[in-house]
Amino acid sequence: MLSMSTNNLSYSDQGGTDSAVEVGQETTPTSSNAGAGFGLFSVDFKKNEDLKEMLESNKESLKLEAMKRVVGLIAKGKNASELFPAVVKNVASKNIELKKLVYVYLVRYAEEQQDLALLSISTFQRALKDPNQLIRASALRVLSSIRVPIIVPIMMLAIKEAASDMSPYVRKTSAHAIQKLYSLDQDQKELLIEVIEKLLKDKSTLVAGSVVMAFEEVCPDRIDLIHKNYRKLCNLLVDVEEWGQVVIISMLTRYARTQFTSPWKEDGVFDEHNERAFYESDEEKTRDETEAKPYMMDPDHRLLLRNTKPLLQSRNTAVVMSVAQLYWHLAPKNEVSIVTKSLVRLLRSHREVQYIVLQNIATMSIQRKGMFEPYMKSFYVRSTDATHIKSLKLEILTSLANEANISTILREFQTYVKSQDKQFAAGTIQAIGRCATNISEVTDTCLNGLVLLLSNRDETVVAESVVVIRKLLQIQPTQHSDIIKHMAKLFDNITVPMARASILWLMGEYCERVPKIAPDVLRKMAKSFTSEEDIVKLQTVNLAAKLYLTNSKQTKLLTQYILNLGKYDQNYDIRDRTRFIRQLIVPNDKNGALSKYAHRILLAPKPAPVLESAYKDRDRYQLGTLSHTINTKASGYLELSDWPAVAPDQSVRNVEVIEPTVKSKPAKSSDDKFYSDSGEEEEKGSGSSSSEDGSSSSSSEGNSSQTSEESDKSSSQSEKSSSESDSEKKERKTKTPLQKKTVKPTAKDWYHTIMEHIFNEESWTYVTKQQHTKTIFVNVINQHSVLQTFSYSHWSTLCVSLFTQLCPLSLAFPLQLSGPAFVPEKSHDLLHRMTGKGLSAQYQFPRQPCLYQPTMVSVQISLTNTTDHPLEQIHIGDRSPTGLNIHCFNTIECLEPEASVTVFMGIDFNDSTQAANFQLCTKEDHFSVSIQPAIGELLLPITMTELDFRKEQGKLLGMNESSATITMAAENMTSQPISRPVATVANLGMVPSSQDNVHRFAGKTANSGAVVLVTVELRGESTALITINTEKSVMGSMLLRDLKLALAQA
Amino acid sequence: MIHSLFLVNSSGDIFLEKHWKSVVSRSVCDYFFEAQERASEPENVPPVIPTPHHYLISVLRHRIYFVAVIQSEVPPLFVIEFLHRVVDTFQDYFGVCTEAAIKDNVVVVYELLEEMLDNGFPLATESNILKELIKPPTILRTVVNTITGSTNVGEQLPTGQLSVVPWRRTGVKYTNNEAYFDVVEEIDAIIDKSGSTITAEIQGVIDACVKLTGMPDLTLSFMNPRLLDDVSFHPCVRFKRWEAERILSFIPPDGNFRLLSYHVSCQNLVAIPVYVKHNITFREGSSQGRFELTLGPKQTMGKGLEAVLISSQLPRGVLNTNLNPSQGTYNFDPVTKLLSWDVGKINPQKLPSLKGSMSLQAGASKPDENPTINIQFKIQQSALSGLKVNRLDMYGEKYKPFKGIKYMTKAGKFQTKGLLRGRAWDLKN
Repeated sequence: MLSMSTNNLSYSDQGGTDSAVEVGQETTPTSSNAGAGFGLFSVDFKKNEDLKEMLESNKESLKLEAMKRVVGLIAKGKNASELFPAVVKNVASKNIELKKLVYVYLVRYAEEQQDLALLSISTFQRALKDPNQLIRASALRVLSSIRVPIIVPIMMLAIKEAASDMSPYVRKTSAHAIQKLYSLDQDQKELLIEVIEKLLKDKSTLVAGSVVMAFEEVCPDRIDLIHKNYRKLCNLLVDVEEWGQVVIISMLTRYARTQFTSPWKEDGVFDEHNERAFYESDEEKTRDETEAKPYMMDPDHRLLLRNTKPLLQSRNTAVVMSVAQLYWHLAPKNEVSIVTKSLVRLLRSHREVQYIVLQNIATMSIQRKGMFEPYMKSFYVRSTDATHIKSLKLEILTSLANEANISTILREFQTYVKSQDKQFAAGTIQAIGRCATNISEVTDTCLNGLVLLLSNRDETVVAESVVVIRKLLQIQPTQHSDIIKHMAKLFDNITVPMARASILWLMGEYCERVPKIAPDVLRKMAKSFTSEEDIVKLQTVNLAAKLYLTNSKQTKLLTQYILNLGKYDQNYDIRDRTRFIRQLIVPNDKNGALSKYAHRILLAPKPAPVLESAYKDRDRYQLGTLSHTINTKASGYLELSDWPAVAPDQSVRNVEVIEPTVKSKPAKSSDDKFYSDSGEEEEKGSGSSSSEDGSSSSSSEGNSSQTSEESDKSSSQSEKSSSESDSEKKERKTKTPLQKKTVKPTAKDWYHTIMEHIFNEESWTYVTKQQHTKTIFVNVINQHSVLQTFSYSHWSTLCVSLFTQLCPLSLAFPLQLSGPAFVPEKSHDLLHRMTGKGLSAQYQFPRQPCLYQPTMVSVQISLTNTTDHPLEQIHIGDRSPTGLNIHCFNTIECLEPEASVTVFMGIDFNDSTQAANFQLCTKEDHFSVSIQPAIGELLLPITMTELDFRKEQGKLLGMNESSATITMAAENMTSQPISRPVATVANLGMVPSSQDNVHRFAGKTANSGAVVLVTVELRGESTALITINTEKSVMGSMLLRDLKLALAQA
Repeated sequence: MIHSLFLVNSSGDIFLEKHWKSVVSRSVCDYFFEAQERASEPENVPPVIPTPHHYLISVLRHRIYFVAVIQSEVPPLFVIEFLHRVVDTFQDYFGVCTEAAIKDNVVVVYELLEEMLDNGFPLATESNILKELIKPPTILRTVVNTITGSTNVGEQLPTGQLSVVPWRRTGVKYTNNEAYFDVVEEIDAIIDKSGSTITAEIQGVIDACVKLTGMPDLTLSFMNPRLLDDVSFHPCVRFKRWEAERILSFIPPDGNFRLLSYHVSCQNLVAIPVYVKHNITFREGSSQGRFELTLGPKQTMGKGLEAVLISSQLPRGVLNTNLNPSQGTYNFDPVTKLLSWDVGKINPQKLPSLKGSMSLQAGASKPDENPTINIQFKIQQSALSGLKVNRLDMYGEKYKPFKGIKYMTKAGKFQTKGLLRGRAWDLKN
């Protein structure tokens, strides 16, 4: 029954057990971090115990079911941390869904259970070397997501390796991991910047957005890293995925503000020039110098504007907004308005999108009315709009109002005033007030309209009108005594304090214009003083004082009464004010000095209030940012700098293209051209499989120094460090600054550059880190011996990974080794499970240089136990021929049922295809097995230039040369299909070629290191000449046979 | 970027949480609940709420708040757009995006969220890619998986993820090759009581359902492309070709997708296809009010109006209504004061009307404004703007696909204002 509901985990299905878990959890909230100890006596212990049992069972379906329930608990925010040991055991599961759910769990709880989390590390390290890119990527994702500080060095290594992975997807993941590591340990900054610098050079659109994101997070101030990549980023932009576009655009906006001069001066200069010509023609000579420099837009500045424009048509609103802000901050004033239409289009989107877009339009429309005026009707309010949308639209309509359109806007406003949403109606009244002050033609109309509103039934409307009228009257104090009278009449009916206070203030301020009414109002106030709000009381005191000064005969007693009331008021502000006013206006003997000036102090003409938009100064924040939305600086906000007065050196952005010695670009499909507007070549054309990617990068980008790193399989680091020690001394001397690398395009230098690059990037930090890593591994191992529950398979992988990561080999390779161009995933049967009594073994050639001895070929063997009992002590027994040199894997103490383990061994085939025979032993049985290598697997790829290739070839003529002519199909005549079958057959490296029809490959034999050179020359319609030069002529002829077969097939 | 996500239902319970970085306590949502309490309507909760240490950015869809927790500067639209994309994905996977559906599929939801964001930065949002990574739950698949023990999770990197056309997977095969395009236009309008148009805009989309084998390359051209004032494309559309030739050229995603959304500028005169005459009177002091409403077709280019639905928010003072529709059914909710009338099809010979009386609360004052009337309708086989597809061609594949194009017009936000314009202000011009 349980397994029936495996995939449809509905709450009702599991209702019984699940709700019981919940209840249990809630009763013991304290058990959250203390672990299972606390829960021992409660119900949930039993329930989780049940989950624990399921997780520890042998049945995959039970485990999966349990994990699904655990994820359900996590999703609900329930604590499931005490299951950690049971869950973590399943991290190496073969079932990918189970594995993913375990990952989810790990990421959630690893921080709380750091020690136990370390147990899972070796699994990830193994997965980092998996041939499947998705598995590599997700291993890195999880490894970098478990926030355990002790594994920082391991993360660092993994990121570095992944940054040179041949799959762009894995490289993208490594860019994400950079940010995670940085937030875990800020001390890694310098090392991480190196990785960022390297990834910024990546040509894949997949990587671009993520690495820029990492850049923004880790080192946004290192603008110098962008220079060389600026043009590439601009050109790639259209093809980057949409989220990356947003990040890149915002980074480029900041960049541009530091690197280019302002395009906005243009108008100013132009005007100045006109005036001068007209009035000051005689002074022209003196002004000449300033005039001599008309504004010229930097072509790079233009490039950015041009390449972002098409993105205004994006379906992603965030992309459109970011282009709009880019134009706002960077484009010449007359070009900004091209973004208008797109912004207005966004108003059709969801409510939340509208809100943000309207906010930005509000800021823009204050400075540039003209931009949005034609679209005024798009900002008309609908009754279904949310309140904050309504008020933003009001804001914008007010900003757009001018003499020409004010009547339309006011007519629209009138309907809003009658809205049932009274808060909105009040907002409209304020907006009318702002229009009235801004446009003097309509001040009177507005004022009259507002007076009409004073008789509105709704109190908020009336109150708001009073306040706005008060402000308007201050602007034109001379007339309108009738309005004041009208308001005095309304006074009794108005209860809103702010409105009452406003009327009182008006009475006092203009008491000379309403000499009869004002004292009467004061009389009424004296009666109700005690029950008024504070703000009304304050204004009453003010009114009393002003009347006392102008009309003391009628109001002296009233004033004194009010001052006495105020003296004993509960509010200290009022008591304070009263005391001050009393001293000021009532003359007494001690301090009459001020009272002389009382009239001038209280009745001084006051400046009219300025009614302005709340969005007036919002543009101090970059548009489209969170800071702009909340109008305060959000944490992590990066200021836009002002334009520099003088543009910094433009040449820093020049990328010197090293002429490729060969032009063997794979033919691009015509689709590519449509999507990439740029002329630059992109890496992505090469389809889907990782192998293709590898080979295309080595063929099409032979010029870039990335080649060898990229095509390197991850574990080839050891080989790099080995060659490092060889040329270390020389390397240190010749280490040159970065710029120097790109100077000369000759083949020699280029070769040198590659070497140098590899050493710089990869190896230096590597050595220093080793010590640290080692200690951690020891830690892990200790943990391991304590917890025997953990499956044994990890032990051996741990050893292997320890070995691969920590052993720098100090072996000298005569020629620079490169990574394999292609690793065939085909595995061969070593031991069938029927003959092996349940033990099955498969082997494949990972095509990596053997770590144990350089003369060996490394072989990867996966052992699987298909029986139902554990197999013990799997090891290698007798071998034949007896002289055969094999590096065995460590004995596997125990292989659980259904478990499998991958081990590496090294075999010295002595440069022959003779099979290596040995015995695979378990505790009880011995099985004879044999591995026969294909000739191509006995080779290791080397990189060399065409020149070196020719030199070597010249030495290997005559009987060292074997050749054959074959016929092949016409569509296979381009480089791509040729390099692939060649790479499949033999582990050879591509050699850049200057002729389109000649393809060269180089390698050396594993044992003796003899050079093997392969040339494929295409001739005419469908014939090709294969030439092989090697001193091992037997190998040469065998290889020729294999190649003939492969190419003819192709 | 995005730190955590909380899903909050309409009664204010957090029913799902997901963290992409370290765990943020759910107490952070208290600030959200405060804002929710302050807001009179669910829609009035501000989308961006600053709190002392975090920023909450939320969207409301299907009566579920998706609250994202942000810790530092990020373009708010980035988050909002992403959250909407999440909702769209859920809808795509489960058919509906309700609390029940999310709870039933909590594991798939978690797997999806895990794939969509890495460390708070979007990783895979393209539905084609996601569907290769995590297969949508169906009953059939559940049964098959239970028997065979296979899983819902893909083991290979989706082919789209690395290719030039990330939206399309390779190796698509159909026995019937079909491509359907729906041109759907929505008209937004505000009409004042006298029947004159205050604003009217036409927004259109072309939704496609393409089921074609292999890697077809399609071009779609219009009879009158100049009508389109502002457009936004699915990423598959080649912008350069549009710029140069006004032709949509693209390699389509597999299945359903929105090819294009466009806007027809309001400068072009918009024909309003429907009119409403209404007369709603409240007499001061009396407890009765009159209600009269008639509607009829106008400029519909000979096509019938269908699925007409009238709704109106009556003033608070209205206690109940006693109305008599000439066709269809009407409903008045005395609590929300929402009047809705499902009219159905309009017969031009016999115009539908709704007449009767309303009972008012005693002593309630007469409302300032007559209620706004919202109208929904559909017109089949016609695009109001007159947009016409000229032809659809396919390159790159040899078979002949079946092609179909359908037009439809719908009302978007179509309102008739019930304003009493009696006392318009005395304006100078």
